[in-house]
Amino acid sequence: MRANLRTYGQLARAGFHRQSTYRLALLAGLVTNIVFGFIRAAILFAAVESAGGTLAGYTSDTISAYVWLSQGLLGAVNILGGASELSERIRNGDVAVDFTRPVDVQASYLATDLGRAAFTILPRGLPSVLVGALTVGLALPAQIWPYLLGLVSITLAVSISFLCGYAVNILGFWLVETRGVRSLYAVTSSFLGGLFVPVGLFPDWLSTLAHATPFPSIVQVPIDIISGHVIGVEAIKAVAMQCFWAALTCLVGRSLTRAGRHKLEVQGG
Amino acid sequence: MASPGGWATPYRAVIGSRIRAQRSYPASFVLDLFGALLIGLAEFAEVWVIFHNVRMLGGLDFTAVLVLFGLSNLAFSAADLLVGHVDNLPTFVRMGTIDAFYLRPQPLLAQLVTSEVSLRRLARIGVALVALTAGLTQNHIVWGPQVLAMLVLAVVCGTAIFAGLFVCAASLQFFLINGSELTNSFTYGGSYAGSQPASIFPTPLKMIFGYLVPVAFTAYLPTLVILRLPGPAGLPSWLAWLTPLAALWVWLVALRLWRWGTRHYQGGGG
Repeated sequence: MRANLRTYGQLARAGFHRQSTYRLALLAGLVTNIVFGFIRAAILFAAVESAGGTLAGYTSDTISAYVWLSQGLLGAVNILGGASELSERIRNGDVAVDFTRPVDVQASYLATDLGRAAFTILPRGLPSVLVGALTVGLALPAQIWPYLLGLVSITLAVSISFLCGYAVNILGFWLVETRGVRSLYAVTSSFLGGLFVPVGLFPDWLSTLAHATPFPSIVQVPIDIISGHVIGVEAIKAVAMQCFWAALTCLVGRSLTRAGRHKLEVQGG
Repeated sequence: MASPGGWATPYRAVIGSRIRAQRSYPASFVLDLFGALLIGLAEFAEVWVIFHNVRMLGGLDFTAVLVLFGLSNLAFSAADLLVGHVDNLPTFVRMGTIDAFYLRPQPLLAQLVTSEVSLRRLARIGVALVALTAGLTQNHIVWGPQVLAMLVLAVVCGTAIFAGLFVCAASLQFFLINGSELTNSFTYGGSYAGSQPASIFPTPLKMIFGYLVPVAFTAYLPTLVILRLPGPAGLPSWLAWLTPLAALWVWLVALRLWRWGTRHYQGGGG
């Protein structure tokens, strides 16, 4: 029994609807995003000013775009715990039920997460960018191209973020408690992804290290593309790189799932 | 009511049981500790990357920022260790387990505060102490009773300020439940803002983090006094001596909100 695309489409819609019921949570997330955005913007503005107006190719307008776009994307890419539900289901044995369903475990969770992200981007993403534009001002491209490619890039970023999170959470088959690994992953990925400071500001060795991981593809790449910081062939190359990381993290997650499934032993009936 | 001398005994028992519990899964505990250490290091790396690009930020150079970073992180992680777990309140409310706390003849807040000690949080205190020590030895500080007094005042009152903010956040959870992320904006957001030189903030933010959510008192103002630097407009450095007042203000609000929140709670039924 193989599930077809329609099934996954419906799972995505369910994810979208589930997210849309938590209105207060959404508002809370938005306010927090905006407060952090103001603090980050102040730090990076001061840094640009202290560097004499340009800092690693960023001016105050473009760094502002960077800050507010990344704050806006934060809800959608959800670095801090996309598949955290899975970890709990492995621990209490519910994952056995997931395995008996006629859908692929990884793909069905991914579909739900994409649906969740699609809902998040409008009420949580756009207001963040708007607040930034109205208060401190930001530079965004005037053509349509960066936005279209940006949409593809965001979808890939959400997928990579989910697939990495999935691979981390699936370690629950082997670990009693995954909180340590999860917090380790959350910090490493958000730092190397360029969430706190753009990867362009990293010293060379750290930048090389970051680009050897999928993390810049989750934060830095979609922002660079929408803001027009990276254009033309370079932008296409960055998206191709995202495709590579999506494929690789997907394969890692799949082989871990297969191995974990053999190890799984559920008590009771 | 507990006898005056006996208050610490149950707390010691809780700490003892938590140490044993967290040691019984050594692999998970080591990962937990390492994760917490890495969070501390990543926060430091953010500051370091900025100073890799510029020499001064908001009137402070890298060695001065070490003192600022050390003080604010020490205060925040100490508060997190002591009372940070009141953040779990929404889970208790959602599961209905908070009702059991109401029935016991002890103040609710005291029970919640003493219910847990997450030893992994010691890792961040470690990072903060290393940064602070490095900062204090790298700068030319005119050591005297004034500097020592300021250091003690900053650590004690800074911890009290962040602890008060955690209690404010927990009080609001009685109303928010699913919107618990909102309070992150002044607990974790406060900690983030508190570790920056307040001089970089535009005026509205300077007023908010200087007076309303007074995190500037936890580290920035004390750093100015210790290093004998002038403050920006609106935040003169002598204000640092009023840090106990800032802590008092936060705790007045916190206890008021807590009373309000606990009375609002109607019970989980069942």
